[in-house]
Amino acid sequence: MIMGRDGADGRDRLDELGRGSGDAIITVRDLQVEYKTTLGTVSALNGVSFDISRGTVLGVVGESGSGKSVTARAIMQILERAGRITDGSILFRRTTGDREMMSDEAETESAIGASGEVDITGLKPTSDTMRAIRGSDIAMIFQEPMSSLNPVYAVGAQIQEAILLHQTPDKQKSWDQAVDMLRQVGMPNPERIANSYPHELSGGMRQRAMIAMALSCHPALLIADEPTTALDVTTEAQILALMVRLKEEIGMSIMFITHSMGVVAQLCDEVIVMYQGRVVERAQVEDIFYHPKHPYTRSLLRSIPRIGAAEHAPLEVIKGSVPDPYSKVSGCPFHPRCPDFIGDVCVTVIPPETLLAGPSRHGVRCHLYDDQLTRDELEPVFGSWAGSTTEALR
Amino acid sequence: MTETKRELPPDGAKRAKQDGREYPRDPEPAEGPLLEVRGLQKHFPIKGGAMRRVIGQVKAVDGVSLSVDRRETVAIVGESGCGKSTTGRTIIRLEEPTGGEVIFRHPELGPVHVEDADTKTLEKIRPRMQFIFQDPMASLDSRMTVGRVISEPLVINKVLKGRALKDRVAELLTVVGLRPEHASRYPHAFSGGQRQRIGVARALALDPDLIICDEPVSALDVSVQAQVINLLEDLQERLGLTYLFISHDLSVVEHIADRVAVMYVGRVAEIADTQELFKRPLHPYTEALLGAVPQPDPRKRHVTAPLKGEVPSPANPPSGCYFHTRCPYAQQRCIDETPALREIPADQGGSAEGTRRPRRVACHFAEELELTGAVVASQAALAAVDVQPSELL
Repeated sequence: MIMGRDGADGRDRLDELGRGSGDAIITVRDLQVEYKTTLGTVSALNGVSFDISRGTVLGVVGESGSGKSVTARAIMQILERAGRITDGSILFRRTTGDREMMSDEAETESAIGASGEVDITGLKPTSDTMRAIRGSDIAMIFQEPMSSLNPVYAVGAQIQEAILLHQTPDKQKSWDQAVDMLRQVGMPNPERIANSYPHELSGGMRQRAMIAMALSCHPALLIADEPTTALDVTTEAQILALMVRLKEEIGMSIMFITHSMGVVAQLCDEVIVMYQGRVVERAQVEDIFYHPKHPYTRSLLRSIPRIGAAEHAPLEVIKGSVPDPYSKVSGCPFHPRCPDFIGDVCVTVIPPETLLAGPSRHGVRCHLYDDQLTRDELEPVFGSWAGSTTEALR
Repeated sequence: MTETKRELPPDGAKRAKQDGREYPRDPEPAEGPLLEVRGLQKHFPIKGGAMRRVIGQVKAVDGVSLSVDRRETVAIVGESGCGKSTTGRTIIRLEEPTGGEVIFRHPELGPVHVEDADTKTLEKIRPRMQFIFQDPMASLDSRMTVGRVISEPLVINKVLKGRALKDRVAELLTVVGLRPEHASRYPHAFSGGQRQRIGVARALALDPDLIICDEPVSALDVSVQAQVINLLEDLQERLGLTYLFISHDLSVVEHIADRVAVMYVGRVAEIADTQELFKRPLHPYTEALLGAVPQPDPRKRHVTAPLKGEVPSPANPPSGCYFHTRCPYAQQRCIDETPALREIPADQGGSAEGTRRPRRVACHFAEELELTGAVVASQAALAAVDVQPSELL
């Protein structure tokens, strides 16, 4: 019968099914992260799985506390001290072959696959390989650029540092490259900006400087953690336009974390919706907005004010609030707030993922769609997702 | 539930009395707006040199005029640094205005000039004007219980004490959707949305006429944001409140406001009824702002040609129209001459019939420009989320 599956069960099948899709730059499977605190253990991620295809933008949406940022930090191996990856895999396909760096480490041997594939979970956060990946292969930008930039160094010097570390030891060359990066992100007068300190720049300029720094080593994957949340709409639009341009020109993949449905619609190709450390729905961006399936996704979409919608109709409210992380919700984590609650099954059984019919790779974790579980629809591409759904059928 | 509420006739009717609902206040006096701001200025001195002499002025608010009618919601929008918050704070005299007038219609005293009111008068006016702040964590004292936070204005103004005070706190907590027993807890025990409800309860404690809301939902998650917006709208209807709603989120503003004032570098660029402003902006800055709002509709991707550059510094603003440095339609006249905030007659794109107040804009070429309004949500996108779960399968 259908059982709650959000753990190791799917993982066994991972090897059978091949290590994720060949087209994906990163394949995350059943990722689990725990935080040990004085008040007890908090499960921040309870089996998160997704792929990011090359040259696409994956939007990650959800309310605060849903595990969006933890996912990003786990990929970068920059979890806070109390946090630990307890299970799952993060397969990253490196494009830049820098093998010598890895070979002197015993611990990486097992983590490195045949085709430059690295399981990030098998690397120590402080290992040379991880440090080489961080910044050079995967770069990250944060919500508050002021706290990510060093206030006592000029912006150009900070970008130069990354280039010196990963690309060239030549000081002049790296400086020129830093200035060029600033130009590429649309900074007016990049020579002057490179010599300015972070406090001399506006919020939008600082975020551009962060992006320039992140892009300075031509990463294959950019993780953007709410980069526009603290910005004005006009600046936000500038940054989004910049992202679109970079994606098209460099072919970079982007993981874009946001809670703004508007930004998702404007920028992303695929979307995962997270709730309580789980991916509850994933689909192409069109499907998320035009055929949303999970009650949580649908509620989120109904709760946002939209320009041109029926005037003064009250917004729909999701009752209750995001549960306290220390308490464990049985069954489907959304059931206490769900408008489409269907009974005991929601309270007792964690919904497996259902892949909906059709070519669009639309997956949803909700019991409403249980009877749509069919083997035929499954594609091996989805690794453990397919695993857990087929398991569920047995 | 949503079905029945959506049948409400549009506009104006929001404030129409619902069956069984009563306004606790007398019908509004017909004489004029609740709040009138004329040419309000707030200049901050820049001090420098060995003697700390004043070497310049930051013109944070530089001649703002607007009026707010009773039971109306007027929004102030603009980019950060445009003076929205300073305007709100100066109106209530959290900042001393350096010029202009603020006239508040007090229920007993009649129209009062807030800008030069003495302490005695201020004590009488301030309970009628309350403030809700952006960050509910920063605006609630973490060492006070929620009960004390909410009762503080009542105690300071010596309105209630003892049993009556306790009852009033319990009542206020219920009004904002919390429970009376929450009074004994501390702010840290609440989520962001609940904390903002506490802020709302505190603002309501003295039964005010006007509430200045400074970005009240910006720090909240979308689902919680919806709860607070609905609460504010519901309270307005039930208690006959008037809001001055400061926000940078145009989607929220379109939803909640009756009229919108767009500010740019300390001045009002345009002020109009919400629907008109969103449909047909008359100021190029309004057009740019509207064009930058990311629409939650992947079939309407429009983030292409955003406004270039940055907001100029209010310490050193450009000549003429402050917007000319970024305006795609700017001409020589815009550089030389400061445009006045002027009324636009209906036949030239101004207010249509039935609007609340005449439309005003500060642009030399308002009549000639054909500007684009906001991208609106497509019916298909709206319908997509309204499907019943049974139809989904």
